[in-house]
Amino acid sequence: MFDTLTLASLPAADEALRPAIRALADEAAAQASADIRARSWSGFDPAFSRRLGAAGFLGLTLPKAYGGQERGPFARFVVVEELLSAGAPVAAHWIADRQSAPLILNYGSEAQRDFYIPRICRGELVFCIGMSEPGSGSDLASVRTRAERTATGWRVNGQKIWTTNAMHGDYMIALLRTSGTSEDRHAGLSQLIIDLKAPGVTARPITDLAGDAHFAEVFFDNVDLPADALIGSEGEGWKQVTAELAFERSGPERIYSSVVLLDAWIAHLRAVGRNDSATLALVGDFTARLATLRAMSIACTARLALGESPVTEASLVKDLGTAFEQELPVAIGDDLAAHPGEAVDAELYRTLMFVTHVAPSFSLRGGTREVLRGIIARGMGLR
Amino acid sequence: MSEFLEPFERMLEDIATPAAVRAVEHGGSIEAMWAAFAESGFLDALVPDERGGAGLSLAEVQPLWMALGRHAVPLPVGETMIARALLADASEGPVALAVGGGVAVVVPCGLVAKHLLVESSAGLHLVEAQGEATGVPASLAARFDLGALPAPVASAPEGGLRAVAALLRAALIAGATERLTQMTATYANERVQFGKPIGRQQALQQQMAVMAEEMVAARIASQLGCAGSFPPSLVAAATAKSVASKAAARVAATAHAVHGAIGISEEHDLQLLTRRLHEWRLADGSESYWNSLLGAARLADPGRSVDYVRKAFA
Repeated sequence: MFDTLTLASLPAADEALRPAIRALADEAAAQASADIRARSWSGFDPAFSRRLGAAGFLGLTLPKAYGGQERGPFARFVVVEELLSAGAPVAAHWIADRQSAPLILNYGSEAQRDFYIPRICRGELVFCIGMSEPGSGSDLASVRTRAERTATGWRVNGQKIWTTNAMHGDYMIALLRTSGTSEDRHAGLSQLIIDLKAPGVTARPITDLAGDAHFAEVFFDNVDLPADALIGSEGEGWKQVTAELAFERSGPERIYSSVVLLDAWIAHLRAVGRNDSATLALVGDFTARLATLRAMSIACTARLALGESPVTEASLVKDLGTAFEQELPVAIGDDLAAHPGEAVDAELYRTLMFVTHVAPSFSLRGGTREVLRGIIARGMGLR
Repeated sequence: MSEFLEPFERMLEDIATPAAVRAVEHGGSIEAMWAAFAESGFLDALVPDERGGAGLSLAEVQPLWMALGRHAVPLPVGETMIARALLADASEGPVALAVGGGVAVVVPCGLVAKHLLVESSAGLHLVEAQGEATGVPASLAARFDLGALPAPVASAPEGGLRAVAALLRAALIAGATERLTQMTATYANERVQFGKPIGRQQALQQQMAVMAEEMVAARIASQLGCAGSFPPSLVAAATAKSVASKAAARVAATAHAVHGAIGISEEHDLQLLTRRLHEWRLADGSESYWNSLLGAARLADPGRSVDYVRKAFA
């Protein structure tokens, strides 16, 4: 069962990228405290993203004809691993590089590819993904925001919410209803690229419980789009979104959300010289699981490299990975507070509490735990 | 499937049927089953070419060990492969593995082993296996009081015998959890309650999805542990055994939860696998044993965690 998820290794040619990306990532993260580095995913630094683009670290999976590096998922794994492990700010290119460009490559027209992908590869475009709506979370097929045909293209009305980076974004790829009603479920959905600077678009940031504003609600009031805003085929939006989510669920990003905290805690243990067996066993447990999850993530990357869309395998790695990411702050908090005689420095404490507060989002973004387990169950032949 | 696994798997399907496993567990003769392994040549899988063995790597043997776990083979086949790799002149019969430390030890398959390969601070010793039954019904494990040992026959492998044995246990666990996950999914699709197969209940689907995750984690951890050299590094053995042991108890629990009362019965094959999972989890160090060693090694390193695991398995 799930036999294709088997040990694979990173090719030497892709490993060779490591020193250069590490130097860039370390430089970007050098001045940041651990609680800022722990915000790697939401760290918004357009200048850094452009530097990555100029150095050839974006568009690694994309063809050279569109400005990509044509290297594949293994190269992307190495680069992402270094960026997240260092805690470098990746938000300004993250979604465009990971999901939007591959989606445009797979389903877009030649004109769309030529227009968007080279700029994404240079780190110049911020994309966001318009999926959730106030009434559509896990039940994505129930989206109500509509795009209607006009003489010149499309007119969009409705609202998206929880849209990461919408307030900084250049474009949104939105899942919209182009025919029928929400009762028609998967039929009648399409994906359109929306210029977020178009008249009628309003993005309002939403502040989260950690004091950050990385997502937004987005309103569309008679937003007129040209005919070529449609990406892929009309009515095929559901199929396209499913393939897009496989990109989102399978990378190393799904195991490394708490590694900055893990490393800060280990630095603390080394500094205070703690070596009782309970502490050692906890460190060992995290280390064994990290090694295994990394190998699972590489195994999943190997399926992507073969041109497959490992939807079930990616769900499996993501669910196990996010459970690990969420257990880290719980166990580390317990450990630190079980040793009141040890001073915990302010930076470690802030990092712990930041990760603790945002950890619930790890198993929400990109598909909830329950949705992923449903996908795995189907892959096991249940239902 | 590898070129070695296919014939091995075929052989196991022939000789290690549930009925044959039960017969050995109830004191039946092991002669025929052991003869099949001896004749197959697989016992010399890890013996180097120059000593007349197959010269397979750990990575090539790992799927064979998993197959032994899938079939709940009631003989120390993997252990004998290891003993033959470590000793130029191992005995003909089944060999079990133990690490001496001045206290009595419980050794899986100890009752059906002819010899015991024991590691002490002086090296490796080969002694006749004369253990006591543990008193656990149907268990083939035996208790050995490793008092006075004869002169060592070889030096201990680098990293210790327990690390090698732990890798074997992890692979056996990975194989058994794979089989249990398959059996459990099949059963859930067949068993009807409340007018539909229980596999359609979301509550059970969620549990079985987690079971599949644990199963894949155990398999990948085992593969990772076996990807390097023989004998393995501490990090390789610890990672494999920690993750597999943790998975063992959880997978066994879910397999039983889904099967309900029938899974508890002797006549159902589930227990052949779940009893072994618990035995293998404890044998050669539980998850906490290996976690402590791994944690100490990790804390000695000043670098990042991702770098640590990457370099350990490079």
